[in-house]
Amino acid sequence: MSEKTVANKAAPKVRKDITKWQWIRRQMVVNKVGYLLVAPYFLVFLTFTVAPVILSLFLSFTSFNMLEMPKFLFMDNYVRLFLDDDIFLIAIKNTFVFAVITGPVSYLLCLMFAWFINELTPKVRSIVTLIYYAPSISGQVYLIWQVLFSSDSYGYANGILMKLGIINTPILWFQDTEYIMPLVIMVALWTSLGTSFLSFIAGFQVVDKSLYEAAAVDGIRNRWQELWFVTLPVMKNQMMFAAIMSITGSFGFGGVVTALCGFPSPSYCAWTMMHHLEDYGGARWEVGYASAIATVLFIMMIGCNMVINRMLSKVGK
Amino acid sequence: MAKNFKFKLKSHHLNRSLGGDIGINIVLILFGAFMFLPMLYAFMQALKPLDELWMFPPRFFVRNPTLKNFTELFRLMSTSYVPFSRYIFNTAFVSVAGTFGHLFFASLAAYALTKIAFPGRKLMFKMIELSLMFHATVTSITNYITMSAFGMVDTYWALIIPAFGSTLGLYLMRQFMDSSVPDSVLESARLDGAPEILIYWKIVMPMVKPAWLTLIVYCFQGLWNAGSSIYIYSEELKTFNYAIQQILAGGIVRSGASAAATVIMMIVPIAVFVVSQSNIIETMATSGMKD
Repeated sequence: MSEKTVANKAAPKVRKDITKWQWIRRQMVVNKVGYLLVAPYFLVFLTFTVAPVILSLFLSFTSFNMLEMPKFLFMDNYVRLFLDDDIFLIAIKNTFVFAVITGPVSYLLCLMFAWFINELTPKVRSIVTLIYYAPSISGQVYLIWQVLFSSDSYGYANGILMKLGIINTPILWFQDTEYIMPLVIMVALWTSLGTSFLSFIAGFQVVDKSLYEAAAVDGIRNRWQELWFVTLPVMKNQMMFAAIMSITGSFGFGGVVTALCGFPSPSYCAWTMMHHLEDYGGARWEVGYASAIATVLFIMMIGCNMVINRMLSKVGK
Repeated sequence: MAKNFKFKLKSHHLNRSLGGDIGINIVLILFGAFMFLPMLYAFMQALKPLDELWMFPPRFFVRNPTLKNFTELFRLMSTSYVPFSRYIFNTAFVSVAGTFGHLFFASLAAYALTKIAFPGRKLMFKMIELSLMFHATVTSITNYITMSAFGMVDTYWALIIPAFGSTLGLYLMRQFMDSSVPDSVLESARLDGAPEILIYWKIVMPMVKPAWLTLIVYCFQGLWNAGSSIYIYSEELKTFNYAIQQILAGGIVRSGASAAATVIMMIVPIAVFVVSQSNIIETMATSGMKD
């Protein structure tokens, strides 16, 4: 293999004697080893990430149960979703509530705590980082909230409230539609200081320190101004990355709910699009319909990302 | 050290008010308690003897710590239908194979995407950025179709191969190479006639050590925490996490053992992070998205 590879030539300056397409062709030949090197990864990536998305886009216009050939339905799945499926409307509402609350809040928490932690000395910083980051990587540890808020009097929350005489009978925390949403959102935030958080921590550490001194000379008077006018503009790239991670996390929310409240949650009060997708795709094998749900979810994520990109372009102005 | 300290003092005086510092520390401690106490409680539960687990009013701290819950967990493990060592082997095998395959494929592709000027690479990278937004569940159902077409359902491959193509690792690797491997080093190697694969292996890979440690950690965490998969039916092929979940699902009688299981599940990823923290932070410093 190594004999065949051609050394990469530096890109020539703009030439007038060949057209753009000829130039691209030549680049493709000269740098063909590049295609060879990306090929193994892209083969897997295209098969297991891109192809499923395209396939599900196609299947969303059909009725398909994995046994018979897909039947073409055109927009029927989408019409059924928005007009006939009451539970889907609940799911959309809940997904939005989750996304609108946990998305921005977790994003701001990541940013704020990374900023605070950056003020600490390096040793303390790494310990505090670990404490904040640990819940998001520890697998099923969020199940501890089920013990803290268990529905009998041996649960910590019920035990304390009963001992203090605030309540007489235990509250069924994760079964009571009144408490499920706030509790689940709290647990979601507890596990949300993940990849974005680390990205911010790292981002703060590599900001050029001389920028702060220069800014102080230019009349920056407090840490808020410093954050807004100096640090954040430098960290714009990190902010974009973290935004994407937060969107994925908050729209794809569902696993925690299933683990804490069961599947489905009581009166569908914490039923998200993720659950709806799992229900139709995994349990009922209505793959066409499930694909329509996946497509709607995907479009929502992209739309949300576009809005956020526009908002982030205003940072530091 | 002394130099650092001096700098610290200096930066401390710059635009920092005492009131603000106190406020920040108070917020950090309060929220830190919210983050830490549940984790601590999980530990406490695992050390509590049965009578303390069922005590009213419940206590936060353990009074007579015992390791009985852990021995009970191991006893339960030994009674499982498939020997427990099999689950451990499955998780270890899938994690190691998936992680190293991903590391090799992704770093090779990242190298080509950053350092070889072939047409189409910008488009390829845009696709990867876009797919960071996918949640795995969105593709899981159609992936099942693909996998059954390839005969991969109910084999180790169903868990291993998709891990090769996961996007976060490639993304982080590319960003890191872009900012920390200077082109001049590569140019001189190319002038000497070194083939690209050799440049990648001998020059670039040693330079991006923090990035591949990060990849290993992320990939390992993902595979370690992967519970039951819709692609696997056979009990003999299921993972450690799945087996632990079965014990957790066992309910009231086993609550001591399930507390012990939770602790085991959380300790491994935390330990891995503690060991690799500085490398991960160094990699994440380059994670930003450029327009």
